[in-house]
Amino acid sequence: MVGESRVKETLKDRAPEEQSEQAGLIQQISVREAAPTEVDPWAGEKVFDLEHVSVSYGSSLAVNDVSMTIPKNEVTALIGPSGCGKSTLLRCLNRMNDLIPSARVDGEVLYHGQNLYGSKVDPVQVRKLIGMVFQKPNPFPKSIFDNVAFGPRILGLGDIDHRVEKALRGAALWDEVKDRLDDNAYGMSGGQQQRLCIARTMAVDPEVILMDEPCSALDPISTAKVEDLMNELKEQYSIVIVTHNMQQAARVSDKTAFLIVEMDAAEGNRWGQLVEYDETDRIFTNPQDSRTEDYVTGKVG
Amino acid sequence: MRPQSAGNSPEISGSERSRLATAGARAVTLAQLSSQPRGDRFKGGIFLALLLFAVAIALLGLVAIIVQAAVKGAPAFGMDLITNGPSTLNPEQSGFRPALLGTLYLILGVILLVVPLGVSAAVYLEEYADRTRWWNRMIELNVQNLAGVPSIIYGILGLAFIVRGPLDLGFILAAGSMTLALLVLPTVILAAREAIRAVPPSIREGSLALGATKWQTIRRQVLPAAIPGVVTGVILAISRAIGETAPLLLVGAASFVTFAPTFFGDNGYTALPVMIFNYAARPQDEFRVLAAAGVIMMLIVLLAMNSFAIWLRNRYEQQW
Repeated sequence: MVGESRVKETLKDRAPEEQSEQAGLIQQISVREAAPTEVDPWAGEKVFDLEHVSVSYGSSLAVNDVSMTIPKNEVTALIGPSGCGKSTLLRCLNRMNDLIPSARVDGEVLYHGQNLYGSKVDPVQVRKLIGMVFQKPNPFPKSIFDNVAFGPRILGLGDIDHRVEKALRGAALWDEVKDRLDDNAYGMSGGQQQRLCIARTMAVDPEVILMDEPCSALDPISTAKVEDLMNELKEQYSIVIVTHNMQQAARVSDKTAFLIVEMDAAEGNRWGQLVEYDETDRIFTNPQDSRTEDYVTGKVG
Repeated sequence: MRPQSAGNSPEISGSERSRLATAGARAVTLAQLSSQPRGDRFKGGIFLALLLFAVAIALLGLVAIIVQAAVKGAPAFGMDLITNGPSTLNPEQSGFRPALLGTLYLILGVILLVVPLGVSAAVYLEEYADRTRWWNRMIELNVQNLAGVPSIIYGILGLAFIVRGPLDLGFILAAGSMTLALLVLPTVILAAREAIRAVPPSIREGSLALGATKWQTIRRQVLPAAIPGVVTGVILAISRAIGETAPLLLVGAASFVTFAPTFFGDNGYTALPVMIFNYAARPQDEFRVLAAAGVIMMLIVLLAMNSFAIWLRNRYEQQW
């Protein structure tokens, strides 16, 4: 178990040597999880505990009262129709919503028991531990090397060359780019750019990687590569992915949350509501809620 | 020969008939496509002629000035123009050296003042200012208005606050630089804001999501990406400052200075447009020739600067 005090410490300031300790810890945990025992799928360690989380922009509610736990070293998918607030919910998890002045988060987003929206928590430190990959590949207008090296440099992490290579290998991109690390990242294909963005995130050793529809701008072959990558990444990272592609959720995720758009006919308001959250297999084969069933079988949405 | 018999000939083949039908349809389509009324074509022609006339007037004015100045100033072209100072004793060997140096110093001062101030103000307005607050909206509006204020007003401002008044610097070149800097500052702020705004938000998000602070994001991502736009804006603003005469006259640019200026020396300074103004007003023909040559020299300086700005923009323009 990762002690709560240690997380508090890391939220404030994380020294480089602590990370190797964390990596070792992650290994131990994944070894333990690989043990062939028939256990409760919810018994594993959790990274996030969302308790009655509501998000609103100004006076309009975007996501209403979501409570769910997100397990460590698994892929958790958020699915649902457009406007159901799945991206908004994802952006709560590393406080990217702070960038929108009118956004307000109610309820508690607990990260290893620590409320991310607590008064002493610095959003910059949160984002060091919880990285994010965006819908549209957004490499920096710099060389491939500098793209990956940017994070380690600003965080003052050592051995940049090694880190960049490790991250690019981790994102299955090294062999494609090792001879042109000094080329501008804008010369890469869309799929390569997105994997570069994943490598960039991995280079700062986060614990969690949030992915906001990471394949929506990619062709099927690039999508397959990114999905393969996710399967490998979950050994080291916990992944939360937003997707509007149900097949993708079924292929890559261990747990799936289904959100819908609720409407208040009287006032014309719309907001997102969590309908069902369960193991991916159950969501797609034996959903408990009829709305989930309608959605995953393609009757609506 | 076949068509006239085709209509009533009983032995006409099916393929022949379809060939005729397509030919007919094609002819009808052509008739529709080509039937532009004569009146429309005439009006279109008139309109085009008017447009060309407008372009011609604009170009003609410019060409006339350049040709007239070049022809008139031709006798004065030579190294004397940049190596010699003005002299009433032998006007035919007079030149613009003090004015050229004065303009260079002025512009150097303007750049040193305007770049840090303009970029900082633009970063504040684009990245930090909360646009829902009335004072930020008021600052924005005022910056835009200031860019259109007549330059003589800045001259009076410079005279009242920089040369005299609170700063009390006297009629020195640095005061001229400061006045011109105030004059072009709004333009630089607007250009820098435009360049900063052109950096897509996804770049900022990508940087912040890695755990970069806001300042690190601006310093390491936004500003480097905005540099080409900022530099272009600065150069264009500077080329406006080079041509300004009115405010300089108010803050002490003397018209007849025979020695190289210094930033803080109080024995006078001058600038190219002021010198041209002075030469043009003198009775001797030699000085009028010099004025024309000075005009060409200023145009060359301006053209060079603007070309550099355009080259820079094309060279570093980022396709997002």
